[in-house]
Amino acid sequence: MPFLCLFFMLLFSRQGKLRLQKWYVPLSDKEKKKITRELVQTVLARKPKMCSFLEWRDLKIVYKRYASLYFCCAIEDQDNELITLEIIHRYVELLDKYFGSVCELDIIFNFEKAYFILDEFLLGGEAQETSKKNVLKAIEQADLLQEVRYVIKPPWEQ
Amino acid sequence: MALKIVKGSIDRMFDKNLQDLVRGIRNHKEDEAKYISTCIDEIKQELKQDNIAVKANAVCKLTYLQMLGYDVSWAAFNIVEVMSSSKFTYKRIGYLAASQCFHENTDVIMLTTNQIRKDLSSPNQYDTGVALTGLSCFVTPDLARDLANDIMTLMSHTKPYIRKKAVLIMYKVFLKYPESLRPAFPRLKEKLEDPDPGVQSAAVNVICELARRNPKNYLSLAPLFFKLMTSSTNNWVLIKIIKLFGALTPLEPRLGKKLIEPLTNLIHSTSAMSLLYECVNTVIAGQYSCSVGRIKSHLLCVQKLRILIEDSDQNLKYLGLLAMSKILKTHPKSVQSHKDLILQCLDDKDESIRLRALDLLYGMVSKKNLMEIVKKLMIHVDKAEGTTYRDELLTKIIDICSQSNYQYITNFEWYISILVELTRLEGTRHGHLIASQMLDVAIRVKAIRVFAVAQMATLLDNAHLLTGNMQRNGICEVLYAAAWICGEFSEHLENPVQTLEAMLRPKVATLPGHIQAVYVQNAAKLFATILKNQEGNTDSTAAQETSQMMIDRLPLFVQSANLEVQERASCILQLVKYIQKLQQKDVEVAEEVSALFAGELNPVAPKAQKKVPVPEGLDLDAWINEPPSESESEDEQPKAIFTKEEPKHSRPRHTEVDEKELARRREARKQEQANNPFYIKASPSSQKVYQEAPGVEHIPVVQIDLSVPLKVPGLPMSDQYVKLEEERRQKERAEKKKKEKKKRKEKRSGRGKKHDSGPESEEDITPAHVVDIVTEEMPEVAQEDQNHLPSPYLCRVKICICMFCLCRPLADSEKLPVRSHRAAGAPKSPAEDGEAENATPQEPKKKSSKEKRDKKKDKERDRKVRLRCWKHLPPSGHKSDSRSTPSEGRTAARRQLRRCNLMTQCFTFLVFPFSRKVCDIQGNLQDGSQVVVSVIFENKSDSFLKSMEFNVLDSLNSKLQRPEGSGPHDGLTVPFQLPPGVSNEARFVFTVQSIVMPQKLKGTLTFIVKNEDSSTHEKLDFKLHFTCTSYLITTPCYSDAFAKLLESGDLKSSSVRLEGVNMPFHHLLARICFHHHFSVVERINSCASMYSRSIQGHHVCLLVKTTVSIDAKCDEPTLLGNVLDEIKQTFSQC
Repeated sequence: MPFLCLFFMLLFSRQGKLRLQKWYVPLSDKEKKKITRELVQTVLARKPKMCSFLEWRDLKIVYKRYASLYFCCAIEDQDNELITLEIIHRYVELLDKYFGSVCELDIIFNFEKAYFILDEFLLGGEAQETSKKNVLKAIEQADLLQEVRYVIKPPWEQ
Repeated sequence: MALKIVKGSIDRMFDKNLQDLVRGIRNHKEDEAKYISTCIDEIKQELKQDNIAVKANAVCKLTYLQMLGYDVSWAAFNIVEVMSSSKFTYKRIGYLAASQCFHENTDVIMLTTNQIRKDLSSPNQYDTGVALTGLSCFVTPDLARDLANDIMTLMSHTKPYIRKKAVLIMYKVFLKYPESLRPAFPRLKEKLEDPDPGVQSAAVNVICELARRNPKNYLSLAPLFFKLMTSSTNNWVLIKIIKLFGALTPLEPRLGKKLIEPLTNLIHSTSAMSLLYECVNTVIAGQYSCSVGRIKSHLLCVQKLRILIEDSDQNLKYLGLLAMSKILKTHPKSVQSHKDLILQCLDDKDESIRLRALDLLYGMVSKKNLMEIVKKLMIHVDKAEGTTYRDELLTKIIDICSQSNYQYITNFEWYISILVELTRLEGTRHGHLIASQMLDVAIRVKAIRVFAVAQMATLLDNAHLLTGNMQRNGICEVLYAAAWICGEFSEHLENPVQTLEAMLRPKVATLPGHIQAVYVQNAAKLFATILKNQEGNTDSTAAQETSQMMIDRLPLFVQSANLEVQERASCILQLVKYIQKLQQKDVEVAEEVSALFAGELNPVAPKAQKKVPVPEGLDLDAWINEPPSESESEDEQPKAIFTKEEPKHSRPRHTEVDEKELARRREARKQEQANNPFYIKASPSSQKVYQEAPGVEHIPVVQIDLSVPLKVPGLPMSDQYVKLEEERRQKERAEKKKKEKKKRKEKRSGRGKKHDSGPESEEDITPAHVVDIVTEEMPEVAQEDQNHLPSPYLCRVKICICMFCLCRPLADSEKLPVRSHRAAGAPKSPAEDGEAENATPQEPKKKSSKEKRDKKKDKERDRKVRLRCWKHLPPSGHKSDSRSTPSEGRTAARRQLRRCNLMTQCFTFLVFPFSRKVCDIQGNLQDGSQVVVSVIFENKSDSFLKSMEFNVLDSLNSKLQRPEGSGPHDGLTVPFQLPPGVSNEARFVFTVQSIVMPQKLKGTLTFIVKNEDSSTHEKLDFKLHFTCTSYLITTPCYSDAFAKLLESGDLKSSSVRLEGVNMPFHHLLARICFHHHFSVVERINSCASMYSRSIQGHHVCLLVKTTVSIDAKCDEPTLLGNVLDEIKQTFSQC
């Protein structure tokens, strides 16, 4: 049993559409799909007044709803639920800062950016950077690197 | 050429980018699948172009589609192409796609090694960063091995951005390639003191996770972490460090004393709930042994948790309750004082909080508060909306009341009335649960029977209230119990005729069959009682009227569609008719009729069978039928075993395990517990209660002075019993006081204890009724079984491993004694070829030959046993057959185990794979991909074995199923420990993809040998042999189906000749059946057709001729070939 901070993070909409998935444990696509389906159903079935934690198989699920999006993480039995909620919240703050009051559409249309931010924040299921400023700085600089070459010039202009 | 380029570019301007794709999907809600398939076609075209920008765009779109659940594994190579682009823009997309789509089995991963290495050493830190991030998602053992060194170098990179990532990814590398840990560790340790806080916290993270896997190696870092803990202000880091200490303290108890202060400080000072929660959890779980500080710290934790529970935030409330339940296990007293709060939580809107609170209540009950708590719960049952929660409440109430042999129930009349009240729940699924409680209490608590019978009679009378919707309503199960109790204890019935009438109402016929059957049977019992009562009367008409009623009503049941009901009813009807005839002749029949149901039913201990001595002349191991001739010579062997074991079954053996022995064992157990850091010592009071409970005989059974008549018309209320109980207790207390006073007067000593006023303690409350606690019948055995007492004279460590493949018990080469490095004198026979490589070559030869002889005998016996088991299998029913396979295997294994006891080896380890159909309720697991391997571990040494870990090196084809989230090389912990001489069975599930080839899997078993004064880590290697035969399931087949199968022409054929076999034909067939799981379809003179099925549904058909040749057909030629080879091998060893 590998000890990990997070086993995976899923983002899905109120309609149950998956918006983002990041797996920190090696699983086959089939298993991933099965877990996703089960979890989305379980979480969506919970009433709004219920607490953010549930026990699922031998894992603990920590989820939180922000507007129309559910953020959902799986942690190990001994792990700290509250710090996981903190991780989710931190990620939402990062998205918010990056996109400027983020909404679901931002994540749908710029899903690769959402991944880049997540990758700067978490690595292999562990929080790698607890300072929001540092994460955003790294993303901006990498983006800058990208923007320079972003415009694909047609060959006749080269 | 130029034109082509221009054309390509123009095309490209009309390419969809990601945004277009997303928009398109959103606009095609109705025919999304169709739209996406056209998009995928486009993407395929784009990937064919040379332009990397186009490819990157395509890959980006694919990544999105992958998230939507589409298979994009076909584009793996294109992803690698984009990854290797020199431009960061594309590289970033490539790595993202790879990290989302690649997994361990993606074969193109091995192409990426050099590219990743190049990126890791790129001057651009973002190139390196992207590569590291990607690698963290798809690192394989190969990549880890090849790149470990590069990543290690990056840990000392000038930029903290890279160092941080490199440190974190090192953890993944360690997991995949453990050899890298040793060389990399010094550098990792350095990083704990890195100037950059990010790198530092990354290093703490990694070491913390490593330490949780294997804390022993990291004890030396404790001082360093202690310094970090007292100096750091970063809550993330603090939480990790506290978690790390949580893992270290069990190994170094002194740490606990040292930590308690900073931890309590943090608990007092921190404002971060996550940190507070972590500290509280660590204190609860920790072994902070200095007793004063421990009690204080626990009180502090409970206080803080109370604050959490009182918080309006549902999350904190939930976690507070969760942590509370952990404290409850060690300090029940400190939690019990917060009962009010917990009961409040039952009113919470959130069901998960209510359930948590319920869990807590289970552990909080005592004799004193049980009634109060249950009363509260009953109110909630009435209020609860939603059947699931109500059912949960119901089961909890029953759990709480019945826990540890009804330890907390002092008044069973109260409990019966609670059960009766529960029957008013509509639509519950747990009718059977209530019913079984009613039965249990009525049978075991003799004093309650009068009351129970009265209540049950009322229930039967009002049956129509319970069974609004007969068939679907689970509550009607209680009528089963009610009818049975009324019948069995009918002598207590006040008005048996009325009850009989109620039991024979026409409405009863709408009840489920099994309940009707009980009704009919117990109506007969009642009838017998009534006859007995009426016989004394001078007027015989009453008795005849009763008979007439039976005769009138029973025909309804005789017509029942349920066979059981029909059978019983017609039997009883005839009986009553006969009785009536006798009655008309004025013959006294009551005695004879009641003799039918005579004899009191007494509770029987689950282990009582062991106490029954084996009657003289009964030899359980003797053959019932003549054994197959080949093993006749070994006949006396089983007897020998039996005579050796016999004393175990006979009575004297148990009286020998007397007080002394028990005391010695208890002492040994205490010793063991004291040494075991994980053993939670029970608080003294609970221990007292425990000791009190089984020996209840001396507690006087107090008859309740009933001021209120117990028989309440209609359904009873439990509340009145609460009051009654209170009164009873008061009275008892008063009596006791009187006695005490008397005593004191007599003694006139001033040494009076403070027994008056103050709250009564647990022990003071005596139960009103005595439960026939069955365990007391056999305390010795029970204790022995529960505690696995280690024997006190431990001296030598002698471990040997012996492995058998039961599916081929014949082959001598299968029986492979594998020795651990510390074993002495284990045998190795020269005949053991192939698999013998695990045995170390240093045993004395003399012994080996003797051993071999032993084994041969054993083998024969084993074969006999197995044949016997096999013969007893039911001859029909596909389903039952497939199920009986494992049980057969198990029986055989047990026999084999007994046989192994005779062997000189000390530690026996049996392995036999057999296949089993896995019936997953969710239907996600496909039949036939799983093989269950049952392993019996027997400790033959004098030492205590623990922490056993079973690991198998997976092959591509067969994989050991490990718990979710564990890596492919992690061992499985064997879920038990082995005291000397004890054996236990563990089951391991393997996933097998292809079953056409036999397979051998290498594995190791690691365990800790614990002696009085030392403990050592030991390792044993073994091999698991999955033969093709083990994938076959004995499946009966009818000859017409068999003929059809052969005619179908789908089967490939093959044949084999068995050389040098001269045994009777039926023995030959029996052998094939037995060893290779075939069944005989038909036997005609000189040949026989046989059939078997593989777990994946391949048909295997054999035509065996007396000329000892086998023609075989199967839909899978490889499988067939292997099976035939195995058959050949079986016979070549005869």
